[in-house]
Amino acid sequence: MVRLPEPKTEILARREEIVAALRRLVPGGPLGEGVISEPLRLRPYETDGLTAYRQPPLAVVLPSSTEEVAAVLRYCHENGIRVVPRGAGTSLSGGALPLADAVVLGLMRLNRILEVDYANRLAVVEAGVTNLGITREVEGEGFFYAPDPSSQLACMIGGNVGMNSGGAHCLKYGVTANNLLGVKLVTIEGEVVEIGGGHLDPAGYDWLGLITGSEGQLGVVTEVTVRILRAAEGARAMLAAFRSNEVAGAAVDAIIGSGIIPVALEFMDRPAIHACEAFAQAGYPLDAEAMLIIEVEGSEEEQDRLLGRIREICARFDPISLRVAQTAEESLAIWKGRKGAFGAVGRISPDYLCMDGTIPTGELPHVLRRIGEMSRDYGLQVANIFHAGDGNLHPLIMFDANDPESVRRAEAFGADILTLCVEVGGCLTGEHGVGVEKRDLMRAQFTEAELRQQRALKSAFDPQWLLNPAKVFPLEDAPVPARAA
Amino acid sequence: MSGAEAIAPATEEEVAAAVAAAAAAGEPLAIEGNATKRAMLRPVQAARRLTLAGLTGITLYRPQELVIAARAGTPLPEIEAALAEKGQHLIAEPPDFRGLFGAEAPATLGGTVAANLSGPRRIASGAMRDHVIGIRAVNGRGEVFRSGGRVLKNVTGLDLCKLLTGAHGTLGVLTEITLKVLPAPEASGSLAVRVPDLAAGVRALCAGLGSPYGVSGAALLPEGVPEHGLAGPVALLRIEDFADSVAYRLGRLRGELAPHGAATPLEEAASRALWRAVRDAVPLGAAPEEAVWRVSVRPTAGPDVAAALRAAFGARLLLDWGGGLVWAAGPATAEAHEAVVRAAREAGGSFLLFRAPEPLRAAVAVMPEEPPPLAAIARRVKAVMDPAGVLNPGRMRAGF
Ligand SMILES: Cc1cc2nc3c(=O)[nH]c(=O)nc-3n(C[C@H](O)[C@H](O)[C@H](O)COP(=O)(O)OP(=O)(O)OC[C@H]3O[C@@H](n4cnc5c(N)ncnc54)[C@H](O)[C@@H]3O)c2cc1C
Repeated sequence: MVRLPEPKTEILARREEIVAALRRLVPGGPLGEGVISEPLRLRPYETDGLTAYRQPPLAVVLPSSTEEVAAVLRYCHENGIRVVPRGAGTSLSGGALPLADAVVLGLMRLNRILEVDYANRLAVVEAGVTNLGITREVEGEGFFYAPDPSSQLACMIGGNVGMNSGGAHCLKYGVTANNLLGVKLVTIEGEVVEIGGGHLDPAGYDWLGLITGSEGQLGVVTEVTVRILRAAEGARAMLAAFRSNEVAGAAVDAIIGSGIIPVALEFMDRPAIHACEAFAQAGYPLDAEAMLIIEVEGSEEEQDRLLGRIREICARFDPISLRVAQTAEESLAIWKGRKGAFGAVGRISPDYLCMDGTIPTGELPHVLRRIGEMSRDYGLQVANIFHAGDGNLHPLIMFDANDPESVRRAEAFGADILTLCVEVGGCLTGEHGVGVEKRDLMRAQFTEAELRQQRALKSAFDPQWLLNPAKVFPLEDAPVPARAA
Repeated sequence: MSGAEAIAPATEEEVAAAVAAAAAAGEPLAIEGNATKRAMLRPVQAARRLTLAGLTGITLYRPQELVIAARAGTPLPEIEAALAEKGQHLIAEPPDFRGLFGAEAPATLGGTVAANLSGPRRIASGAMRDHVIGIRAVNGRGEVFRSGGRVLKNVTGLDLCKLLTGAHGTLGVLTEITLKVLPAPEASGSLAVRVPDLAAGVRALCAGLGSPYGVSGAALLPEGVPEHGLAGPVALLRIEDFADSVAYRLGRLRGELAPHGAATPLEEAASRALWRAVRDAVPLGAAPEEAVWRVSVRPTAGPDVAAALRAAFGARLLLDWGGGLVWAAGPATAEAHEAVVRAAREAGGSFLLFRAPEPLRAAVAVMPEEPPPLAAIARRVKAVMDPAGVLNPGRMRAGF
C-alpha cells in the first residue's frame, strides 16, 4: 500500500481551532457552508479516481473566489498546514488523495465562465468549470475546447491544468498545455499572480508551461484562459479490425506514413474488444485480435476522400473487417463501444487499475506481447486501449479490491508495465500524472540528480512543501518521516 | 564580446566540464550556437563564450513515430532537409532571421529552441515550445539532466522542456533536443484580401481563423504585396492540406471573406514565397541601424498597438498570428522603446526588444518586468538551475 507522510501531531491537535479560522475566512454562501469538518461529510473527499487509496483530510474548504483561495493559502502557510488542491477528484493517480493533517482545497465553487471572446478565440473560466462545460458554452457558435479526456463531463479545467490532461483527439489538437493562454495562480504565500493572458508566447520564462502538469505542487490555479477553436465542418469514423497486434500496428504506421493525421486513432486489443462489445453491442468483430477506430474531419467530400484513402491503406493489411461510417449516427455507433470502455471493464471485473504509460509506437507489438506474458504470470486479466497515434497506452488491469493478495499483484503488475514502458524508451505517464501511484517509480525514469533538481524547483515555489506533498516525488526523499497508511 | 575567448566543446561531457569549471571559477559564459542572435535581447556580461556549434548531428529520426532528435548545434537547414526527404516538416515553422540579424551561418536547433522562435503556423499549430518533447541539458552546476523523452505524450515530473524553451540559455545549456514533427502538407495556397485599414484587416483574419477551414497562416501587410501589384493593407490567409482540400477550402474561405474585401488567390509557389518572407519578417523592411520590436497581444488589439507605434515614431509594421503579433521597426531610441512598452501594457500584452544596437539593448528592459511574487520565484528558480550565475548573465534581465 502507498505510504503517506507522518501527520504533524501539532496540526491534528489544533483541528478545531483551524476549522474555526477557516470558517471565518470562507463563510460559505448560497451553495452551502464554506468548510466541511464532520467525519461523515468528509467521506466523499477521502479518495479520488484511484479508489484503492483512502484517507480523510483534516477538513475540506470550499472557497468561492480567488480572494478566498488566497486567504486560505495565506493562513495555511502561516500555520504550516498542508494543502491538497482538488477539482472534481477524478485523478486516476491519486493526485487529489488527502492527508490526515491536510486541508483539501476544493475549487468546484469557482465555476463561472468569465469571458468568451470569439474574435480572439479564447475563453476565461474559473478553475472549477468542467471540461465539457467550456465546450457546452461555446458550441452554439460552432466552437469547442479541444482536449477531451473521457472524464470530461466531471473533470474540471483546474484539474486538467494540474494533470496536463489529454484525450482521444489530442493527436490532432494537442493536450491541455497546447491549448492554454494563461492562468491566475495563487502562491502558497497567498499572492495572486497573472501568468500569460489573451496573447501568445509572452516574453520571459514559460511559467505557464511549468505549471501545467505540475499536479498542484507549485500553486493553486483559480482562473484559466483557454483557446477555443472553430469546429471542422464535420467528422466521421471508421473501424478496421486485424488478425494480430503487429499487423494493426503496421497499419497505423502506414496511415501516418501516408501523410494523413487523423483526429483520432484508437487501438483496442482482443480483451478490450470483447469487453466493449459485451457492454455496448457496437458490432465490434469478435474474431479480431486488434481493432482501430480512425476518425477524420472536414466536409462530407473531404471525409469521403480521407476515409477512402485510409480504407485503401488498411486493405493492404489483410483486415478481418473494415467499416466506414456513412453518417454521423454510424460514426457514433463505432465510438460507442470505445467510449464505454471503462464501464465495460468494470462490468467484467469488480475493480480495475487504469494504467497510463507511453511507448514509442513502434514498440507496441513487443509491449503487448510482454503484457500478455505478465498477465499470465500474475494471474490477472488485462485489456489494452491505446491512443495509437501518440503512443499512450492504457492497460486496464482487473483485480478484486476485497482480496489483499489480488491488490498486491495488481499493483506489482502495473509497476512492471510502467517499468517496461520506460525500458523501451517511453515514460511512466502520458496523461494521468504521477500522483501517489507512480511516485515511487520515478527513479525508473529519472536519476537522483534529476529528481533533486525537480524537487528544488518545487521548493522555489513552495519552500515548506505544504502544497500537495507526498505526490510526484519518491516519499523517501521528503524531508519528513514516513509511515504506512 | 564577439572577440571574447571561445570554448568549443565537441561532446556533452565537455560542455558539462566547461560549465562546471566556469561555476567553480565564478566566470560567466555567453552560451551560443552559431551566434546568429547575438544582437537579440541584452548583451551578456561574460568574458568567455561557450559555443555549441561543435555538437551536431541528428541522433534519432523515426518518421512513423513523428519524432526527430538532434544535438543542439545542428544547423536548422540540416534538420529541415532530413525531414523533407521523408515528406515531413517542423510544425512551428521556425523563421530564418539571418537577414534580420545580418548573420551568415544558419541558426542552430539549440538557439531556435532557446529563443522559442516560431513562424506563421504558430497561430494554428503551436509554438516551438509546444513541440519540444525531450531535452538533454547541462545546468549551471555542470550536471547533465534530461526532461521529457522521445514520446509524444508525457506528463512525468515537472516539464523542464517548456521551462528551458524560451529561457535563452539562462537556466541550462541545451545539448540535445527531441521534437514532434508532422507530415508536410501536400499543397498550400493563399488568399490576399485588400482591406481599407488595419482594423478591417484583423477582422478579416479573425473571420478566417474562426472559420472551419483550418487557416494555417493569417498575416497583415500594411504596405501590401507590391510584387503582385496589390496595394496595402493586405490581409493574407493560408490553407495547407491535401491538394483537393486546399482548392475546396480556399474557395469556401473566399466566399466567407467576401464582405471584408476583394480576394486575390495566390497559387502555391507565390504563396510559399510570400509566407517565407512573412516568417522571416522581410516585409518589415527594417534598416540595419534600426531597432525591431515584437509585441504580442490579443489579435483584435493589434491595430491599436500598430496605430500607437505609428503615431509615436512612424513605425514600420508587419502583423502576424492573426494580428496578435505586431512587428515594429523604428529608431533605436529610448523614446521609441518607451512607446512600445506603453502600447504593450495598454493592450494587456507582452513585448520584446528583438533587435537593436548594443547601447539601447544595454540600457532598457527588453521584456516586461514580472510582478514581484513571480520575480521572487524567478530568482529562486535561477538559483536552483544556475547557483553561480554563470549561464548567460544579464541576457533576459539584469541578473538573468
Ligand atoms: C473514467 C475516467 C476517465 C478518464 N479519462 C481521462 C482521459 O481520457 N485523459 C486524461 O488525461 N485523464 C483522464 N482521466 C483522469 C482525470 O479525469 C484527469 O486527470 C483530470 O484532469 C482530473 O481533473 P479533476 O478536476 O478531477 O482533478 P482532481 O482529480 O481533483 O485533481 C487532479 C490534480 O490536480 C490538482 N489540482 C486540481 N485542481 C487544481 C487547481 N485548481 N490548482 C492546482 N492544482 C489543482 C490536484 O491536486 C491533483 O493533483 C480519467 C478519469 C476517469 C475517472
